[in-house]
Amino acid sequence: MFYREAGQYKTTYEADSAKFPILQDKLFIWFYLAIAFIVIPLIGGEFFLGAIMIPFLVFALAAIGLNILTGYTGQISLGTGAFMGVGAYACYKMTLAFPDVNILVFIFASGIFSALVGVFFGLPSLRIKGFYLVVTTLAAQFFLEWAFIRIPWLYNYNDSGAIEVPQREAFGVIVTGASASAEVRYLVCLTVVVIMTWFASNIISGRIGRSWMMIRDMDIAAELMGVRPLYAKLSAFAVSSFYCGVAGALMVFLWLGAAEVESFDYNHSFEILFMVILGGLGSLLGCFLGAAVIWILPVIIRAWLPPIVDTLTPFIITSSQADLVSDIMIGVMIVVFLIMEPHGLARLWAIIKQKLRVWPFPY
Amino acid sequence: MLKKLILGAAALAVAGTVQVTTVSAEDTLYIPSLSYRTGPFAGAGGPISNGFADYFNMLNERDGGIGGAKLVVEECETAYNAQKGVECYEATKGNGALAYNPYSTGITLQLIPKAPVDQIPVLSMGYGLSAAAVGEKFPWTFNYPASYWSQMSSILKYIDANGGVKGKKIGFIYLDVGYGKEPIPLLDKLAPEMGFEWVGFPVGVKEMQNQGATWLNVRKERPDWMIMWGFGAMNPTAIKEAAKIRFPMDKFIGNWWAGAHADLEPVGEAGKGYKASSFSGIGTDFPALQDVIKYVVDAGKSQAKKEDVGKVLYNRGLFNAVIMAEAIRAGQKSSGKVKITGVEMRDGLESFVLDEARLKEIGLEGFTAPITASCKDHEGSGAIFVQQWDGKTWNRISDLIPPMTDVVKPLLEEAADKYVSEQTDWKTQSCG
Repeated sequence: MFYREAGQYKTTYEADSAKFPILQDKLFIWFYLAIAFIVIPLIGGEFFLGAIMIPFLVFALAAIGLNILTGYTGQISLGTGAFMGVGAYACYKMTLAFPDVNILVFIFASGIFSALVGVFFGLPSLRIKGFYLVVTTLAAQFFLEWAFIRIPWLYNYNDSGAIEVPQREAFGVIVTGASASAEVRYLVCLTVVVIMTWFASNIISGRIGRSWMMIRDMDIAAELMGVRPLYAKLSAFAVSSFYCGVAGALMVFLWLGAAEVESFDYNHSFEILFMVILGGLGSLLGCFLGAAVIWILPVIIRAWLPPIVDTLTPFIITSSQADLVSDIMIGVMIVVFLIMEPHGLARLWAIIKQKLRVWPFPY
Repeated sequence: MLKKLILGAAALAVAGTVQVTTVSAEDTLYIPSLSYRTGPFAGAGGPISNGFADYFNMLNERDGGIGGAKLVVEECETAYNAQKGVECYEATKGNGALAYNPYSTGITLQLIPKAPVDQIPVLSMGYGLSAAAVGEKFPWTFNYPASYWSQMSSILKYIDANGGVKGKKIGFIYLDVGYGKEPIPLLDKLAPEMGFEWVGFPVGVKEMQNQGATWLNVRKERPDWMIMWGFGAMNPTAIKEAAKIRFPMDKFIGNWWAGAHADLEPVGEAGKGYKASSFSGIGTDFPALQDVIKYVVDAGKSQAKKEDVGKVLYNRGLFNAVIMAEAIRAGQKSSGKVKITGVEMRDGLESFVLDEARLKEIGLEGFTAPITASCKDHEGSGAIFVQQWDGKTWNRISDLIPPMTDVVKPLLEEAADKYVSEQTDWKTQSCG
């Protein structure tokens, strides 16, 4: 009833292969974009924007990066955290060298460095698959973490060993540093993420994306049909690392403000992998849903569980107990989803859409 | 499945509409406490947060707060994670936070640039950025009672006084992150001046509990003394390994984060003789500690067990609260208001007086070195003492050792200049 496409005739090929073929979907996406660009910056406070929305967007972008590799090309990677680090350190070094250049240029350019590193560590994927590839990407993670500690040039020989984000501008507005307002940082982050998501969806439905999916579904068959695994796999590594690199630069420059190597450790690689699994492998929408659940849910639990329990029940929950509760909830959710809905939240959304379509006559 | 999910989402939406009600009444002073009772360093984070909260609670119970204003300490769990630290900062800063005490170098570094913008000072007591001791360059950051560099110079002084340092080889074992690497520039500078040689033994965060290879190298290098910049699980592991290679324990000296009860209790007798520097007294034989026990711990208002009161890290958290309380008093005095803001708190942190007389007055005579707060010097006088493990507990074994200010100061200035030069529009202050 709500999602009926009856009466929406497609008269051209363009209309038939459009990103959102149904009118309702188109309206929905414009509606959400309007909320994201106009309503949220207007009503969201500094905490909501700075501690919930910006990290959510950063992790969604990193999840898109990993999903390209894992969900679309079938190459599991545990090096996401390190590839994000490459982007962050590259952005830091570039903006120190050229302080007057628009920071957005460097945020995108940092992805290129990350892509190069990603291709290098993707080379073993031409020979090995599955668990063995997981181990080599984990090696990339450990090697890059080592490099972030042991190459002082990367953090500009700071005694603290950390990178500190300087104040930088884009188009005359302060975008990074402590003086940048949460609204500006959020809007910049959102713009970058929307543009890159749109790009990703086009790559995926194009020739390159289809070759990735062929590799994922059966690499030998794909090779026999003319897909070159070398190009397909390495391009997947390059694009994936590019996205992770940009996400890393956004993470440090627009969200954290300073970072040690700890901010790029393997826990983040796992966290982003969980987002992809929970959200849905091979779905861009899933990246956003997964990031929302894994990042926003614990923040809400930590911020609101203690006062709610305090007012509604005679018990008191301390901040550290709330933190443990959020950890437990995420763990339980991952297990439950793996058992009950292995295709993740994106699949649930598809089911909901289907139900809405036939409601109230479910046949 | 779907129905349950929808119900769950509905429940969440309902929960989301319940507003957080942290009422900041007219006569309360709000102090956020970034704690880590979970995570890899929970063993250190718990006692620190307990000591910190208990002192303020004692002031509330005994004196009715400070200047008539009750102190509200709210904990926010960071799990020693820099990302959660930022989240906690954003969540609590709007409640009228007076100052932040992050207890993590990573979180401190993130808060340093935010402090002048939000006008909330950062008090990183004996950790964080050494260069923040230069008050003219870092108006909003404080690291009383001493920076890492001052501490390292005091430790070297102690070694020099106990057998001489000239011609000796000093091993430096450190956690291979920013925190552990901080004193390296000072070692490089002092080695030729004092005539010793130093060798570094980095321990990666992942190898904290697996230091066999590191200590094999120590045995090969044969240093005369070992100095440790460790934290958490790294400390007991290192001491056990040192005992294994029969390194003389009384020549093994940790910094003030490598000398807590939690570090040595798992080692026990094997660690007998191990030394560590410290700046906060041990035990409960101080009137202020007795008051804490009487008004807070025995009244069941503390998260700490009674036997943990008076241990090294508990007392350190308590001492942190003492500095905060003295700064609040100074801020109230200079502004003439009871409910002060972050700006007035900053002034208080630059002007409080914690001399011998004042220490005696608040019931902490002989607990620590007096601190002289000033606009120029944000680390105070910085004297430390050395304590030794006797197999069961810590005992103070030295007098106060002041740092080599003449060596440390220029290095601090240099580092501060470097930090500021990388920032645009960094606000400094001039101290008349």
